[in-house]
Amino acid sequence: MTTKPVIAPSTEDTLSRRGFFMKLGILFNGFAAMVLAVPVVGFLLSSVTRGRASGYLSWVPLGRIDEFPEGETRLATFRNPNVMPTDGKTVDTACWVRRVAGEQFQVFAINCAHLGCPVRWFPQSGLFMCPCHGGAYYRDGARASGPPERGLFEYPYKVENGLVTIQAGELPTPGAAIASLTGEKPPCAS
Amino acid sequence: MRIMIGKIGEWFEHRLQLAAPIREAAEHPVPRNTASWFYVFGSAALTVFLIQLVTGILLALIYVPSAGEAWSSLQALNHQVTLGWFIRAMHGWGSNFMVAIVLIHMAQVFLFGAYKFPRELTWVIGVFLLLMTLGMAFSGQVLRFDQDAYWGLGIGASIASRVPIIGPAVVKLMLGGPIIAGATLSRFFALHVFVIPGMLIAFVALHVLMVLKLGINEWPMPGRIVKRATYEREYHALTKQEGAPFVPYAIWKDLFFAAFIILAIAACAFYFGPFGPTGQPDPTIIQTAPKPDYFFLWLYALLSLLPPSMETPFLLIGPALAIVALILLPFLSGEGEKSWKRRPIAVITVLMIAITLGTFTRLAQFTPWSPHMNAWSGDPVPDRYIHGTTALERQGALVFQVKQCRNCHSIGNTGGQRGPALDSVAVRLTRDQLIRQVIQGGGNMPAYGNNLSPAETTALVAFLETLHPATQSPARDAARDLVLSESNPKSATKP
Repeated sequence: MTTKPVIAPSTEDTLSRRGFFMKLGILFNGFAAMVLAVPVVGFLLSSVTRGRASGYLSWVPLGRIDEFPEGETRLATFRNPNVMPTDGKTVDTACWVRRVAGEQFQVFAINCAHLGCPVRWFPQSGLFMCPCHGGAYYRDGARASGPPERGLFEYPYKVENGLVTIQAGELPTPGAAIASLTGEKPPCAS
Repeated sequence: MRIMIGKIGEWFEHRLQLAAPIREAAEHPVPRNTASWFYVFGSAALTVFLIQLVTGILLALIYVPSAGEAWSSLQALNHQVTLGWFIRAMHGWGSNFMVAIVLIHMAQVFLFGAYKFPRELTWVIGVFLLLMTLGMAFSGQVLRFDQDAYWGLGIGASIASRVPIIGPAVVKLMLGGPIIAGATLSRFFALHVFVIPGMLIAFVALHVLMVLKLGINEWPMPGRIVKRATYEREYHALTKQEGAPFVPYAIWKDLFFAAFIILAIAACAFYFGPFGPTGQPDPTIIQTAPKPDYFFLWLYALLSLLPPSMETPFLLIGPALAIVALILLPFLSGEGEKSWKRRPIAVITVLMIAITLGTFTRLAQFTPWSPHMNAWSGDPVPDRYIHGTTALERQGALVFQVKQCRNCHSIGNTGGQRGPALDSVAVRLTRDQLIRQVIQGGGNMPAYGNNLSPAETTALVAFLETLHPATQSPARDAARDLVLSESNPKSATKP
């Protein structure tokens, strides 16, 4: 029996036994990484995929219909339907409720359609104004002036048993679903 | 005693064998003229980074990364924990210094041509370090979980949502859910405390290693051209033959500047105190005007001043172009002149960028584009503007206040600056033009036609017509006088 050197430097192209096992080992680890990647990526993207599957939107009550006088715009708050134990106050959200007449409402998101700052309602001049970059909107949410390219975001609403409820659960952003759900083209958007 | 220490040292050295490489690194020869005060910014950036690491770990001993408790844990740091305010202030001021020093370092490296062959990769890694520094700045601002952080996240989400097709998914990935809430803070905590610092440490190590391997950039001499074929031989001559050991020949200036920077941060922290937190991160409190920290103020200004239609392309394409340009720079001009004295375009570029960023930052400090939300109820019309006016004009002044005109228009130097100051508006616009502007709006002004009764409009315009300097008469439509006189020949004056 002849003893071969422990590490045989193979100069020829043929695959040595150990070289083969090393490559198999790398392949095996690649497989393990792929198996692990499924739950890791699934976990990382869970906030996106959950939104796709069941959606985040649900109907939340804002208050009784008689809390909103006809022809006026009032601030209302609601609790976001998806709550985690560490959310603190961040799940409480404000919105502007305009009762046009009877059961006809407009519920505007608090977030400016430009970059999401909280808009304030000025009943005297009938304008929503944004403190950040100076966007302004008319009482019906249409863009009046400033950098926003569209009117205020509106939540879908319904009135049931004297309760005003809106479909909410997502931060309204210029690209988000809630905006495209009900966002009518503002008349003066160019 | 000395023998004892020596023996312990030997014991470790026998096992670690670090003395030789450390001595080699410390005493590596550098070109003599690089022992300059211009060459201290890299080590200063490293110093501030170390301060941020230490103060960051100290803050993490108390801070709670929970949307429900972060704000109160910051209050505890400010008011309850001994010297918590000082550590917070050091970390906050440290971040300001870090962004500033990294930018100065970058400008110096650019102007001295240090990014040219063979240091291209050092520059590219430096670009990544800059991006990570900005990432730390933004995520750190989020961890100071107050009103500004909350609405700042909303702004970030609004920008991210504008990415075509995947925008909404990017927003949910960024926020960790459909809204800004607990998961959002937690993931920014993970980014700020684990992910980005980990990458920073690795990239800083690479960056410093490459400076050691390739040698510090020599002082650029006008006319000494960098060529791939000859540069390394020339540099070798500068270091190995004429150079001096880095320690102590050049390092003393780095040491002095590092200590100076540490003391400067400590002085700012001691004198100005910690940043915030401002109001609680409660989205139902809408009486707030969120503002970013100083390193993003220029962006705040840009977003106000860009035409709306250009905003999205600018936001999405601009940063990508800037990063690509920075990364490509050493590959496009890897050779040639290094000295700023022979690179006028480089100097002008740095000046232009500095002036632009400086101007935008300055503008964002007093936000002339934001309406003053309380001007209508807080800033009265100055006495001299209603002195000796008629009842109708005074009624107009009331309308002017009550309809929030003041929020965007100043008179007597108080009120918003979103629209033009109206102290002499009557000189610029005739009565008809005033009525048209009020009712129809235009030129970035909302139309008030639906919110003013004819009587209110009449009163308001009557008041606006009084707004002209005593020495200048109000604007007048000459043709109108003529038409009126023709239709009423009795009072006509013959032309």
